[in-house]
Amino acid sequence: MINKKVNNVQEALEGVSDNMTFMLGGFGLSGIPENAIAELVKRGIKGLTCISNNAGVDDFGLGLLLKKHQIKKMVSSYVGENDEFERQMLSGELEVELIPQGTLAERCRAAQAGFPAIYTPAGYGTEVAEGKETREFDGKMYVLEHAFKADFAFVKAWKGDAAGNLIFKGTARNFNPVMCGAAKITVAEVEELVPLGSLDPNQIHIPGIFVQRIFEGERFEKRIEQRTVRSRE
Amino acid sequence: MLDKTGIAKRIAKEVKDGYYVNLGIGIPTLVANYVREDIEVEFQSENGVLGMGPFPFEGEEDADVINAGKQTITTLPGASFFDSAMSFSMIRGQHVDLTILGAMEVAENGDIANWKIPGKMVKGMGGAMDLVASAENIIVAMMHTNRAGESKLLKRCSLPLTGVGCVKKIVTNLAVIEVTDRGFKLLERAPEVSVETIQKATEGTLIIEGDIPEMVI
Repeated sequence: MINKKVNNVQEALEGVSDNMTFMLGGFGLSGIPENAIAELVKRGIKGLTCISNNAGVDDFGLGLLLKKHQIKKMVSSYVGENDEFERQMLSGELEVELIPQGTLAERCRAAQAGFPAIYTPAGYGTEVAEGKETREFDGKMYVLEHAFKADFAFVKAWKGDAAGNLIFKGTARNFNPVMCGAAKITVAEVEELVPLGSLDPNQIHIPGIFVQRIFEGERFEKRIEQRTVRSRE
Repeated sequence: MLDKTGIAKRIAKEVKDGYYVNLGIGIPTLVANYVREDIEVEFQSENGVLGMGPFPFEGEEDADVINAGKQTITTLPGASFFDSAMSFSMIRGQHVDLTILGAMEVAENGDIANWKIPGKMVKGMGGAMDLVASAENIIVAMMHTNRAGESKLLKRCSLPLTGVGCVKKIVTNLAVIEVTDRGFKLLERAPEVSVETIQKATEGTLIIEGDIPEMVI
Protein backbone atom coordinates (compact mmCIF):
# COMPACT_ATOMS: atom_id res chain seq x y z
CA MET A 1 0.00 0.00 0.00
CA ILE A 2 1.30 3.41 -0.95
CA ASN A 3 0.40 5.64 1.95
CA LYS A 4 -1.38 8.89 1.05
CA LYS A 5 -2.51 9.78 4.54
CA VAL A 6 -1.52 13.12 6.00
CA ASN A 7 -2.34 14.13 9.55
CA ASN A 8 -4.28 17.30 9.05
CA VAL A 9 -5.37 20.01 6.67
CA GLN A 10 -2.16 21.98 7.25
CA GLU A 11 -0.04 19.10 5.96
CA ALA A 12 -2.50 18.46 3.17
CA LEU A 13 -2.11 21.99 1.84
CA GLU A 14 1.66 22.11 1.95
CA GLY A 15 2.96 23.87 -1.16
CA VAL A 16 -0.03 26.06 -1.94
CA SER A 17 0.98 29.60 -2.80
CA ASP A 18 -0.13 32.84 -4.41
CA ASN A 19 -1.27 32.86 -8.04
CA MET A 20 -1.91 29.13 -8.26
CA THR A 21 -4.80 27.47 -10.07
CA PHE A 22 -7.07 25.24 -8.01
CA MET A 23 -9.91 22.88 -8.82
CA LEU A 24 -12.54 22.61 -6.12
CA GLY A 25 -15.28 19.98 -6.10
CA GLY A 26 -18.90 20.55 -5.14
CA PHE A 27 -22.25 21.55 -6.59
CA GLY A 28 -23.71 24.51 -4.78
CA LEU A 29 -22.62 23.84 -1.21
CA SER A 30 -23.00 20.08 -1.55
CA GLY A 31 -19.74 18.14 -1.51
CA ILE A 32 -17.42 21.13 -1.22
CA PRO A 33 -13.98 20.71 0.40
CA GLU A 34 -14.89 22.75 3.47
CA ASN A 35 -11.71 22.07 5.40
CA ALA A 36 -9.38 22.98 2.55
CA ILE A 37 -11.30 26.20 1.90
CA ALA A 38 -11.11 27.17 5.59
CA GLU A 39 -7.37 26.60 5.56
CA LEU A 40 -6.91 28.61 2.34
CA VAL A 41 -8.78 31.48 3.99
CA LYS A 42 -6.52 31.19 7.03
CA ARG A 43 -3.37 31.25 4.93
CA GLY A 44 -4.52 34.35 3.08
CA ILE A 45 -2.85 33.39 -0.20
CA LYS A 46 -3.97 35.58 -3.08
CA GLY A 47 -4.26 35.85 -6.84
CA LEU A 48 -5.93 32.46 -7.09
CA THR A 49 -7.69 31.01 -10.11
CA CYS A 50 -10.48 28.72 -8.95
CA ILE A 51 -12.16 26.17 -11.17
CA SER A 52 -15.41 25.24 -9.49
CA ASN A 53 -18.95 24.78 -10.75
CA ASN A 54 -20.25 27.45 -8.37
CA ALA A 55 -18.74 30.20 -6.25
CA GLY A 56 -20.36 29.45 -2.91
CA VAL A 57 -22.64 31.86 -1.09
CA ASP A 58 -21.68 35.11 0.64
CA ASP A 59 -20.66 33.51 3.92
CA PHE A 60 -19.78 29.94 3.01
CA GLY A 61 -17.80 27.91 0.53
CA LEU A 62 -15.76 29.89 -1.99
CA GLY A 63 -17.66 32.98 -0.87
CA LEU A 64 -15.26 33.04 2.08
CA LEU A 65 -12.26 33.37 -0.24
CA LEU A 66 -14.05 35.94 -2.38
CA LYS A 67 -14.83 38.08 0.62
CA LYS A 68 -11.13 38.30 1.42
CA HIS A 69 -10.28 39.10 -2.22
CA GLN A 70 -8.09 36.02 -2.51
CA ILE A 71 -9.54 34.98 -5.86
CA LYS A 72 -8.36 36.66 -9.05
CA LYS A 73 -10.32 34.53 -11.48
CA MET A 74 -13.27 32.13 -11.29
CA VAL A 75 -14.03 29.47 -13.87
CA SER A 76 -17.60 28.32 -13.23
CA SER A 77 -20.88 27.43 -14.90
CA TYR A 78 -23.29 29.10 -12.48
CA VAL A 79 -22.63 31.83 -9.95
CA GLY A 80 -26.12 32.98 -9.09
CA GLU A 81 -26.30 32.86 -5.32
CA ASN A 82 -23.51 35.19 -4.31
CA ASP A 83 -23.96 38.98 -4.06
CA GLU A 84 -20.31 39.69 -3.28
CA PHE A 85 -19.32 37.69 -6.34
CA GLU A 86 -21.66 39.71 -8.53
CA ARG A 87 -20.36 42.98 -7.09
CA GLN A 88 -16.71 42.04 -7.71
CA MET A 89 -17.50 40.79 -11.21
CA LEU A 90 -19.46 43.87 -12.30
CA SER A 91 -16.82 46.20 -10.84
CA GLY A 92 -14.10 44.34 -12.74
CA GLU A 93 -12.18 43.25 -9.62
CA LEU A 94 -12.83 39.63 -10.39
CA GLU A 95 -12.19 37.94 -13.70
CA VAL A 96 -14.89 35.40 -14.57
CA GLU A 97 -14.99 32.71 -17.22
CA LEU A 98 -18.44 31.17 -17.46
CA ILE A 99 -18.56 27.86 -19.29
CA PRO A 100 -21.21 25.19 -19.78
CA GLN A 101 -21.45 22.75 -16.90
CA GLY A 102 -20.85 19.67 -19.02
CA THR A 103 -17.84 21.36 -20.61
CA LEU A 104 -16.47 22.15 -17.15
CA ALA A 105 -16.82 18.51 -16.16
CA GLU A 106 -15.26 17.25 -19.37
CA ARG A 107 -12.31 19.68 -19.26
CA CYS A 108 -11.55 18.25 -15.81
CA ARG A 109 -12.00 14.71 -17.03
CA ALA A 110 -9.80 15.37 -20.05
CA ALA A 111 -7.01 16.53 -17.72
CA GLN A 112 -7.53 13.43 -15.59
CA ALA A 113 -7.59 11.10 -18.57
CA GLY A 114 -4.71 12.61 -20.56
CA PHE A 115 -6.65 14.19 -23.40
CA PRO A 116 -5.37 17.64 -24.43
CA ALA A 117 -8.81 18.75 -25.58
CA ILE A 118 -12.28 17.54 -26.45
CA TYR A 119 -14.99 18.49 -28.94
CA THR A 120 -18.37 19.35 -27.52
CA PRO A 121 -21.54 20.65 -29.16
CA ALA A 122 -22.29 22.79 -26.08
CA GLY A 123 -22.00 26.50 -26.74
CA TYR A 124 -21.68 26.30 -30.52
CA GLY A 125 -23.05 29.49 -32.06
CA THR A 126 -22.91 31.34 -28.74
CA GLU A 127 -20.37 33.72 -27.22
CA VAL A 128 -18.85 30.75 -25.36
CA ALA A 129 -17.46 29.52 -28.68
CA GLU A 130 -16.01 32.87 -29.74
CA GLY A 131 -12.35 32.56 -30.74
CA LYS A 132 -12.40 28.78 -30.39
CA GLU A 133 -11.78 26.21 -33.06
CA THR A 134 -14.97 24.59 -34.36
CA ARG A 135 -15.38 21.52 -36.50
CA GLU A 136 -18.14 19.58 -38.18
CA PHE A 137 -18.65 15.89 -37.49
CA ASP A 138 -21.47 14.08 -39.27
CA GLY A 139 -23.26 17.31 -40.08
CA LYS A 140 -23.18 18.76 -36.58
CA MET A 141 -20.92 21.53 -35.27
CA TYR A 142 -18.64 21.13 -32.27
CA VAL A 143 -16.35 23.42 -30.26
CA LEU A 144 -12.80 22.46 -29.25
CA GLU A 145 -12.35 22.85 -25.50
CA HIS A 146 -8.98 22.36 -23.82
CA ALA A 147 -8.19 20.27 -20.76
CA PHE A 148 -7.68 22.32 -17.61
CA LYS A 149 -4.26 22.72 -16.08
CA ALA A 150 -4.27 23.10 -12.32
CA ASP A 151 -1.79 23.00 -9.45
CA PHE A 152 -4.09 21.47 -6.85
CA ALA A 153 -7.46 19.73 -6.89
CA PHE A 154 -9.35 19.88 -3.60
CA VAL A 155 -12.05 17.26 -3.37
CA LYS A 156 -14.39 16.00 -0.70
CA ALA A 157 -15.50 12.40 -0.29
CA TRP A 158 -17.59 10.49 2.21
CA LYS A 159 -15.20 7.68 3.06
CA GLY A 160 -11.61 6.99 2.18
CA ASP A 161 -8.60 4.97 3.26
CA ALA A 162 -4.87 5.57 3.57
CA ALA A 163 -4.34 4.23 0.03
CA GLY A 164 -6.35 7.23 -1.20
CA ASN A 165 -9.37 5.20 -2.31
CA LEU A 166 -12.57 7.23 -2.21
CA ILE A 167 -16.29 6.65 -1.92
CA PHE A 168 -18.74 9.51 -2.36
CA LYS A 169 -22.26 9.89 -1.05
CA GLY A 170 -25.39 11.01 -2.90
CA THR A 171 -25.20 14.08 -5.07
CA ALA A 172 -22.20 15.28 -3.05
CA ARG A 173 -20.27 13.26 -5.62
CA ASN A 174 -20.78 15.76 -8.50
CA PHE A 175 -17.47 17.23 -9.75
CA ASN A 176 -15.29 15.59 -7.10
CA PRO A 177 -14.45 12.37 -8.97
CA VAL A 178 -13.63 14.13 -12.26
CA MET A 179 -11.20 16.48 -10.49
CA CYS A 180 -9.24 13.63 -8.90
CA GLY A 181 -5.95 13.31 -10.75
CA ALA A 182 -6.80 16.30 -12.94
CA ALA A 183 -4.32 18.59 -11.15
CA LYS A 184 -0.65 18.15 -10.24
CA ILE A 185 -1.64 17.31 -6.67
CA THR A 186 -5.05 16.02 -5.58
CA VAL A 187 -5.99 16.54 -1.95
CA ALA A 188 -8.98 14.58 -0.69
CA GLU A 189 -10.76 15.36 2.54
CA VAL A 190 -13.09 12.69 3.83
CA GLU A 191 -15.75 12.55 6.51
CA GLU A 192 -14.41 9.23 7.63
CA LEU A 193 -10.94 7.81 7.11
CA VAL A 194 -11.55 4.11 7.55
CA PRO A 195 -8.99 1.37 8.32
CA LEU A 196 -7.18 -0.04 5.31
CA GLY A 197 -9.00 -3.09 3.98
CA SER A 198 -12.41 -2.10 5.25
CA LEU A 199 -13.57 -0.61 1.94
CA ASP A 200 -14.84 -3.19 -0.53
CA PRO A 201 -12.67 -2.86 -3.68
CA ASN A 202 -15.84 -3.41 -5.74
CA GLN A 203 -17.39 -0.28 -4.33
CA ILE A 204 -14.50 2.19 -4.76
CA HIS A 205 -15.52 5.22 -6.85
CA ILE A 206 -12.03 6.68 -7.23
CA PRO A 207 -8.92 4.49 -6.92
CA GLY A 208 -6.11 5.89 -4.79
CA ILE A 209 -3.79 6.34 -7.79
CA PHE A 210 -5.63 9.60 -8.54
CA VAL A 211 -5.10 10.98 -5.02
CA GLN A 212 -1.82 12.26 -3.56
CA ARG A 213 -2.96 13.32 -0.07
CA ILE A 214 -5.90 12.25 2.06
CA PHE A 215 -7.05 13.36 5.49
CA GLU A 216 -10.09 13.18 7.68
CA GLY A 217 -11.72 16.61 7.85
CA GLU A 218 -11.91 18.07 11.31
CA ARG A 219 -15.34 19.52 10.78
CA PHE A 220 -18.06 19.34 8.11
CA GLU A 221 -20.92 21.78 8.40
CA LYS A 222 -22.61 20.44 5.25
CA ARG A 223 -24.84 23.44 4.94
CA ILE A 224 -28.10 23.10 2.98
CA GLU A 225 -28.66 25.88 0.46
CA GLN A 226 -32.37 25.39 -0.28
CA ARG A 227 -34.14 23.45 2.42
CA THR A 228 -37.29 22.18 0.73
CA VAL A 229 -39.69 19.81 2.46
CA ARG A 230 -43.21 18.47 2.05
CA SER A 231 -45.76 18.24 4.80
CA ARG A 232 -46.72 14.93 6.38
CA GLU A 233 -50.34 14.26 5.56
CA MET B 1 -54.91 32.22 -20.04
CA LEU B 2 -52.83 29.77 -18.04
CA ASP B 3 -50.85 30.36 -14.88
CA LYS B 4 -47.50 28.67 -14.25
CA THR B 5 -49.22 25.58 -12.89
CA GLY B 6 -51.35 25.42 -16.02
CA ILE B 7 -48.27 25.55 -18.24
CA ALA B 8 -46.73 22.72 -16.19
CA LYS B 9 -49.93 20.66 -16.49
CA ARG B 10 -50.02 21.06 -20.26
CA ILE B 11 -46.35 20.12 -20.62
CA ALA B 12 -46.87 17.08 -18.40
CA LYS B 13 -49.01 15.68 -21.23
CA GLU B 14 -45.90 15.60 -23.43
CA VAL B 15 -44.15 13.23 -21.03
CA LYS B 16 -44.50 9.67 -22.32
CA ASP B 17 -44.12 6.24 -20.78
CA GLY B 18 -40.47 5.17 -20.51
CA TYR B 19 -39.04 8.67 -20.80
CA TYR B 20 -35.95 9.90 -18.98
CA VAL B 21 -36.61 13.59 -18.41
CA ASN B 22 -34.45 16.55 -17.39
CA LEU B 23 -36.37 19.41 -15.82
CA GLY B 24 -34.95 22.91 -15.59
CA ILE B 25 -35.48 25.32 -12.71
CA GLY B 26 -38.77 27.23 -12.35
CA ILE B 27 -41.94 26.17 -14.21
CA PRO B 28 -40.27 22.97 -15.53
CA THR B 29 -39.74 21.71 -11.97
CA LEU B 30 -43.54 21.81 -11.46
CA VAL B 31 -44.09 19.40 -14.36
CA ALA B 32 -43.08 16.44 -12.18
CA ASN B 33 -46.22 16.99 -10.08
CA TYR B 34 -48.62 16.46 -13.00
CA VAL B 35 -47.24 13.50 -14.92
CA ARG B 36 -49.81 10.72 -15.33
CA GLU B 37 -49.54 8.13 -12.61
CA ASP B 38 -50.03 5.15 -14.91
CA ILE B 39 -46.75 5.70 -16.78
CA GLU B 40 -43.14 5.11 -15.77
CA VAL B 41 -40.86 8.14 -16.00
CA GLU B 42 -37.48 8.88 -14.42
CA PHE B 43 -36.31 12.40 -13.68
CA GLN B 44 -32.65 13.25 -14.12
CA SER B 45 -30.96 16.16 -12.40
CA GLU B 46 -27.65 17.24 -13.89
CA ASN B 47 -25.88 17.47 -10.54
CA GLY B 48 -25.89 13.68 -10.54
CA VAL B 49 -29.10 11.83 -9.81
CA LEU B 50 -31.52 9.75 -11.84
CA GLY B 51 -34.79 8.68 -10.26
CA MET B 52 -35.58 11.82 -8.28
CA GLY B 53 -38.50 11.66 -5.91
CA PRO B 54 -40.49 14.34 -4.07
CA PHE B 55 -39.15 16.74 -1.46
CA PRO B 56 -38.29 15.04 1.86
CA PHE B 57 -40.48 15.22 4.94
CA GLU B 58 -39.37 17.78 7.46
CA GLY B 59 -36.49 16.43 9.51
CA GLU B 60 -35.43 14.03 6.76
CA GLU B 61 -33.49 16.51 4.62
CA ASP B 62 -30.04 15.33 3.59
CA ALA B 63 -27.36 17.85 2.56
CA ASP B 64 -25.93 15.14 0.31
CA VAL B 65 -29.13 14.65 -1.70
CA ILE B 66 -30.13 17.74 -3.67
CA ASN B 67 -31.30 18.63 -7.17
CA ALA B 68 -29.73 21.08 -9.63
CA GLY B 69 -31.73 23.88 -8.01
CA LYS B 70 -29.88 23.00 -4.77
CA GLN B 71 -33.17 21.94 -3.19
CA THR B 72 -33.26 18.96 -0.86
CA ILE B 73 -34.92 15.98 -2.57
CA THR B 74 -35.50 12.26 -2.11
CA THR B 75 -34.81 9.35 -4.43
CA LEU B 76 -37.18 6.63 -5.59
CA PRO B 77 -36.49 2.88 -5.73
CA GLY B 78 -34.24 2.29 -8.74
CA ALA B 79 -32.49 5.65 -8.40
CA SER B 80 -28.78 6.15 -9.00
CA PHE B 81 -26.10 8.75 -8.25
CA PHE B 82 -23.19 9.60 -10.54
CA ASP B 83 -20.55 12.23 -11.18
CA SER B 84 -20.91 15.35 -13.33
CA ALA B 85 -19.09 13.91 -16.35
CA MET B 86 -21.38 10.89 -16.44
CA SER B 87 -24.39 13.12 -15.93
CA PHE B 88 -23.51 15.08 -19.04
CA SER B 89 -22.74 11.87 -20.90
CA MET B 90 -26.42 11.10 -20.39
CA ILE B 91 -27.32 14.53 -21.73
CA ARG B 92 -24.74 15.00 -24.49
CA GLY B 93 -25.00 11.36 -25.51
CA GLN B 94 -28.77 11.81 -26.03
CA HIS B 95 -29.80 9.21 -23.50
CA VAL B 96 -32.20 11.70 -21.92
CA ASP B 97 -35.45 11.66 -23.93
CA LEU B 98 -36.95 15.01 -23.03
CA THR B 99 -35.59 18.31 -21.78
CA ILE B 100 -37.92 20.95 -20.40
CA LEU B 101 -36.47 24.35 -19.63
CA GLY B 102 -37.32 27.99 -19.24
CA ALA B 103 -36.26 30.83 -21.52
CA MET B 104 -36.01 34.60 -21.67
CA GLU B 105 -36.34 34.60 -25.47
CA VAL B 106 -36.96 32.09 -28.24
CA ALA B 107 -36.54 32.92 -31.92
CA GLU B 108 -38.58 31.58 -34.83
CA ASN B 109 -35.51 29.64 -36.04
CA GLY B 110 -35.34 27.76 -32.73
CA ASP B 111 -32.58 29.83 -31.11
CA ILE B 112 -32.90 30.23 -27.35
CA ALA B 113 -31.53 32.77 -24.87
CA ASN B 114 -31.81 32.14 -21.15
CA TRP B 115 -28.54 32.75 -19.35
CA LYS B 116 -27.44 36.34 -19.44
CA ILE B 117 -28.64 39.92 -19.62
CA PRO B 118 -25.49 41.93 -20.39
CA GLY B 119 -24.65 44.42 -17.67
CA LYS B 120 -27.58 43.30 -15.53
CA MET B 121 -27.84 39.66 -14.78
CA VAL B 122 -24.95 37.27 -15.18
CA LYS B 123 -25.66 34.08 -13.32
CA GLY B 124 -24.22 31.69 -15.84
CA MET B 125 -25.57 28.99 -18.11
CA GLY B 126 -25.21 26.06 -15.73
CA GLY B 127 -26.09 22.98 -17.74
CA ALA B 128 -28.42 24.75 -20.16
CA MET B 129 -25.94 25.01 -23.06
CA ASP B 130 -25.11 21.31 -22.87
CA LEU B 131 -28.80 20.43 -22.70
CA VAL B 132 -29.93 22.51 -25.66
CA ALA B 133 -26.93 21.59 -27.81
CA SER B 134 -27.65 17.89 -27.60
CA ALA B 135 -31.25 17.15 -26.73
CA GLU B 136 -33.44 15.98 -29.62
CA ASN B 137 -36.61 16.86 -27.82
CA ILE B 138 -36.66 20.26 -26.13
CA ILE B 139 -39.76 21.94 -24.78
CA VAL B 140 -39.56 25.50 -23.55
CA ALA B 141 -41.87 26.50 -20.69
CA MET B 142 -42.30 30.24 -20.33
CA MET B 143 -44.67 33.18 -20.22
CA HIS B 144 -45.50 34.50 -23.70
CA THR B 145 -44.40 38.04 -22.81
CA ASN B 146 -41.92 39.52 -20.34
CA ARG B 147 -42.76 41.74 -17.37
CA ALA B 148 -42.71 44.80 -19.61
CA GLY B 149 -45.34 43.12 -21.80
CA GLU B 150 -42.93 42.53 -24.69
CA SER B 151 -43.03 39.33 -26.72
CA LYS B 152 -40.56 36.61 -25.84
CA LEU B 153 -41.21 34.84 -29.17
CA LEU B 154 -39.06 36.82 -31.55
CA LYS B 155 -37.79 36.90 -35.11
CA ARG B 156 -34.25 36.96 -33.69
CA CYS B 157 -33.08 36.74 -30.10
CA SER B 158 -31.67 40.00 -28.76
CA LEU B 159 -29.92 38.47 -25.71
CA PRO B 160 -26.77 36.32 -25.80
CA LEU B 161 -27.71 32.88 -27.10
CA THR B 162 -27.75 29.66 -25.12
CA GLY B 163 -28.11 27.51 -28.23
CA VAL B 164 -28.90 27.76 -31.92
CA GLY B 165 -31.81 26.19 -33.78
CA CYS B 166 -32.63 23.77 -31.00
CA VAL B 167 -36.11 24.51 -29.62
CA LYS B 168 -38.86 22.27 -31.03
CA LYS B 169 -41.86 23.19 -28.95
CA ILE B 170 -42.95 26.06 -26.70
CA VAL B 171 -45.73 26.04 -24.14
CA THR B 172 -46.68 29.47 -22.81
CA ASN B 173 -49.54 30.92 -20.80
CA LEU B 174 -51.25 31.64 -24.13
CA ALA B 175 -50.41 28.85 -26.54
CA VAL B 176 -48.68 25.66 -27.63
CA ILE B 177 -46.34 26.43 -30.51
CA GLU B 178 -44.17 24.26 -32.72
CA VAL B 179 -40.95 25.69 -34.17
CA THR B 180 -40.86 24.92 -37.90
CA ASP B 181 -38.67 25.90 -40.87
CA ARG B 182 -41.20 28.63 -41.64
CA GLY B 183 -41.53 30.03 -38.13
CA PHE B 184 -43.76 29.56 -35.07
CA LYS B 185 -46.66 27.28 -35.88
CA LEU B 186 -49.65 27.75 -33.60
CA LEU B 187 -50.93 24.36 -32.44
CA GLU B 188 -53.23 25.14 -29.52
CA ARG B 189 -54.75 28.10 -27.72
CA ALA B 190 -54.96 28.38 -23.94
CA PRO B 191 -58.53 28.33 -22.62
CA GLU B 192 -60.42 31.52 -23.46
CA VAL B 193 -57.49 33.00 -25.39
CA SER B 194 -58.14 34.13 -28.95
CA VAL B 195 -55.83 33.63 -31.92
CA GLU B 196 -55.70 37.45 -32.20
CA THR B 197 -54.36 37.74 -28.65
CA ILE B 198 -51.64 35.21 -29.42
CA GLN B 199 -50.81 36.95 -32.71
CA LYS B 200 -50.46 40.28 -30.90
CA ALA B 201 -48.16 38.80 -28.27
CA THR B 202 -45.90 37.11 -30.84
CA GLU B 203 -43.24 39.23 -32.55
CA GLY B 204 -41.89 36.41 -34.69
CA THR B 205 -43.68 34.88 -37.68
CA LEU B 206 -46.79 33.08 -36.45
CA ILE B 207 -48.23 30.45 -38.75
CA ILE B 208 -51.95 29.95 -38.31
CA GLU B 209 -53.47 27.12 -40.32
CA GLY B 210 -57.11 26.09 -40.01
CA ASP B 211 -59.00 26.03 -36.75
CA ILE B 212 -56.76 26.27 -33.72
CA PRO B 213 -58.09 24.01 -30.97
CA GLU B 214 -58.21 24.96 -27.33
CA MET B 215 -55.75 23.12 -25.04
CA VAL B 216 -57.03 20.19 -23.07
CA ILE B 217 -55.45 20.16 -19.64
